[in-house]
Amino acid sequence: MTPLRVLIVDDEPPARARLRDLLDDCRAEVPNAIVGEAGNGLEGIDLLCSNPADVALVDIHMPGMSGIEFARHIQVLEAPPAVVFVTAHDQYAVEAFEVNAVDYLLKPVRASRMAAALKKAAAGPRVTRDVLDRVDTQPRRFLSVNERGRLTLVPLTDVLYLKAELKYVTVRTREREHLIEESLARLEEEFGNLFIRIHRNCLVARQLIRGFERLDGDEAEASWAVLLDGCKEKLPVSRRQWAQVKALAKS
Amino acid sequence: MLLAGILRLSALAEHKALSIRQNDRTDALPDFRNLGVVARILLVVNGAALAVALVRAQGVAEIGTQFFDIVFWVEPALSVILAVLYAASALLARLRFAAGFFCTLAIVAALTLAMSAVQSFLGRTPDWSALLYGVALAIVLAALLLEYFRVRGRAFSPALAEARLQALQARIRPHFLFNSLNAVLAIIRGNPRRAEGALEDLADLFRSLLADNRQLIPMREEISLCRQYLNLEHLRLGERLQVQWTIDPGAEDALVPPMLLQPLVENAVYHGIEPGLAVGAIEIRIGLAGDRVVVGLSNPYHPEHQHRQGNRMALANIRERLQLHFDVEAKLDTGVDGERYRIGMVMPYRKAP
Repeated sequence: MTPLRVLIVDDEPPARARLRDLLDDCRAEVPNAIVGEAGNGLEGIDLLCSNPADVALVDIHMPGMSGIEFARHIQVLEAPPAVVFVTAHDQYAVEAFEVNAVDYLLKPVRASRMAAALKKAAAGPRVTRDVLDRVDTQPRRFLSVNERGRLTLVPLTDVLYLKAELKYVTVRTREREHLIEESLARLEEEFGNLFIRIHRNCLVARQLIRGFERLDGDEAEASWAVLLDGCKEKLPVSRRQWAQVKALAKS
Repeated sequence: MLLAGILRLSALAEHKALSIRQNDRTDALPDFRNLGVVARILLVVNGAALAVALVRAQGVAEIGTQFFDIVFWVEPALSVILAVLYAASALLARLRFAAGFFCTLAIVAALTLAMSAVQSFLGRTPDWSALLYGVALAIVLAALLLEYFRVRGRAFSPALAEARLQALQARIRPHFLFNSLNAVLAIIRGNPRRAEGALEDLADLFRSLLADNRQLIPMREEISLCRQYLNLEHLRLGERLQVQWTIDPGAEDALVPPMLLQPLVENAVYHGIEPGLAVGAIEIRIGLAGDRVVVGLSNPYHPEHQHRQGNRMALANIRERLQLHFDVEAKLDTGVDGERYRIGMVMPYRKAP
């Protein structure tokens, strides 16, 4: 049996040491090898891109990016590791895990529980992206893009607008465009405080609205366009959204 | 046989009465050195003077003269009474409630009589009936005030407030407990000595938490508790946690409510250090300003992490305990100043024995 490749993601050095000891302890029962250790989610994603793993032991409560957000991002990878959350005390998350049958370990972890979790992760079904989205109570801070097998994170604060195309959503930043496989409605729900819908197919960053311009011609759909800071394009506002957009601009 | 039974019964009844009396230490005279108490007395007495003036006055124009006429008699006596009660406060507090009550009334009566007599003779218009009327009024007012303070004290302290204090006793987050235990488990194999020290700190911390936290303690003890707590957090967070203490040695023997600083330091770690990727510093200043103890605490501010619960609860808890112990003489302010979250506390300096 090839050993399970395990990635550890926890911000506290002693907590990582403890997980190392435990993996050591249950090596006879469940062969495993540690492929990397990360102190936060961003480091974890970097590691994962160069060292694929079968299982990721992920602390929930970390600076920069929560463990749950980390788990959501890595789902865009070709073969994401099975995620086992580790937490000391996080009532809300634990309740959500219970409801959605997501695997988790409570700190301090026992070796027997660790072995059981590893076995289950190696054999059992993986948590899906949908479940993770449901479990996370916080909006993400990044959008994850899979570009030729590499995971790129785009901070939401860099995004000018999100535009739905046939199967994808285009994420436009000052520098470039990315494509993500998500639904615009779900994005609007998650990031309603950052973006406003100006059109059936478009959300723009609220903070960046600089002004409006009347469009020439008598196109039935739209007669106004939004101008954004750092963006040359003029984005048409639909009749339906105009009242709402104008109200925001006034306030 | 029957006699023995009766004796035993009566002994039992006596015992019961005794224990009830012992529990009934809730009635107390107010602390006449407390600013809040003095302010309330001034307010009520002057309010009463105004009420009498309103009744006596024949028209609106006369209210002023009537009021000043009364105040002329009331104010000198009131100031002397407050001064004497201030001085005698510790002595009075040692008496049982009923004795203290009558002693206070006697002081009020004697001083009102003396001051009014002096003023009458100075003004050469001794009017004995008015004088006695004034003294009677002073006694009634004093009795009403003492009763008010007793009822207020009951509402704030004993059964209710003790339960409140118990419930208020700052509670350490389970998050901290389990993470600390986890950190200790992690170092047991590699560094048993450090693990021992950490468990000892944890034991002390919980002993303080579970202690009867109603009595004031010297600031020194609270500081050492915070240091133990910070040792444990340091084990977990390593270099990410930096702490700067600035302590005026004179403030170390000030009496403060137990678990006053620890919850604030815990908040600072939870909201200021844990969410940060970089190294973060907590600054704690403890000093004296005249007869007040001044405590300042600051930590890095992470606005995006304000959804984390618990901060306001701990602050409300401490504010309420400060009020229970020091009334209006203590205050707690919080604010964000640039990139740091700041807490300031001021309370009267009471020296530990």
